[in-house]
Amino acid sequence: MRNKLVTIFLGLLTVSVPLFAHHGAAAYDTSKNLTVKATVTEWFWANPHCFLKFDAKDDKGNVVHWATETSNPADMVNLGWSKDSFKPGDEVTVTFTPVKNGAPVGRIDQVVLASGQILKARVVFKSAEPTQ
Amino acid sequence: MFRFCLAWTMALAAPLMLTTPARAQTAPGQQPGAAEKQKPAPAPIHDISGIWDPGNEGIQPLGPRAMPEDGKPEHQVPYTPLGLETLNSHKPSNGIRSVLPGETNDPVVYCDPQGIPREDLYELRTTQILQTPLKVFVLYEFGRIWRVIWTDGRDLPKDPEPRWYGYSVGKWEDDYTFVVQTTGTDERTWVDRAGRPHSGDLRVEEKFHRVDQDTLELTVTINDPKMYTKPWVPLDKLRFKLKPPNFDVREMICSPSEFAEYNKIIGKPASEKGAQ
Repeated sequence: MRNKLVTIFLGLLTVSVPLFAHHGAAAYDTSKNLTVKATVTEWFWANPHCFLKFDAKDDKGNVVHWATETSNPADMVNLGWSKDSFKPGDEVTVTFTPVKNGAPVGRIDQVVLASGQILKARVVFKSAEPTQ
Repeated sequence: MFRFCLAWTMALAAPLMLTTPARAQTAPGQQPGAAEKQKPAPAPIHDISGIWDPGNEGIQPLGPRAMPEDGKPEHQVPYTPLGLETLNSHKPSNGIRSVLPGETNDPVVYCDPQGIPREDLYELRTTQILQTPLKVFVLYEFGRIWRVIWTDGRDLPKDPEPRWYGYSVGKWEDDYTFVVQTTGTDERTWVDRAGRPHSGDLRVEEKFHRVDQDTLELTVTINDPKMYTKPWVPLDKLRFKLKPPNFDVREMICSPSEFAEYNKIIGKPASEKGAQ
């Protein structure tokens, strides 16, 4: 019985990871995580990845034009996002991982909308069946 | 032109009409969740048709589920010297050999077809299977690709002209197990996301086993003596669950124009040296 319970528990374990299967994660500095207050400038709902462009001030007060990516539309729909999630001018708080080379590019972990709604960008890996 | 389009429409619609309707997991009026508590009905005989969902296990970004490229000895693929040399010419953008997005030569990133077996081994999403008396159609969500598996008893071609998806024939090994052999896959395709190679001599076996009404398992075996010293199994009993027949499969298409936009805004800036 105990073994069975352990098996079920292990089978139900899920792993949450950022999913950027097409273009990989080699460019990103996974040791860094930035959270900025931002103004949306553009939201692209597209394959292979959606991307959100926004303006945010750096620590010197200069406006930086960021371009940040998510996974593809099918994955994002499953996470509660849509092509209407953002429009230019929206005030949001974005948490993301920047690229290593210092370019204003990143991949999104989550976005908090002005309403307080949190949109998470991490896909939870879960198999179709508990592990046997 | 109209006749051509009509012929294609009919060709694609015919199997939809001929296919045995797959039973929904939840009967009309049944409470959601009730189906999970019931034991699934037995597998129907000689029938793998339906809309099948492998969950996120089908995405396999680091290489196939049973043999990911993670550096572990148990996942070491038995390369020949040519296999290793060809592997090293492939630059994937995921996994332990990953390069920057702008430096990859993964053909799928540039919207080339995945081919067989990669269709099973990378971005395997919701999969629709349609059976007709002469052939089985497999419709893949990723790339919105379909392929044909002949079941009319024909042999594989002896000297096939290469095709992106090769030539496939299938036979019922027993009442619940459908075995597909594929040859003639274009050498430009990769076996998986990790960049494992194949030659024109590649032979792929796909074993679809219907466990019960709601469950299908897929096992894939690679045999390519030019690239590998022995056959190996990249996918071992990957499980799919049956979706209701009215399930609407989403669209996942590699669009060259959208890819160009992505590369301009994300891929290239992320790959430039010393951008700061």
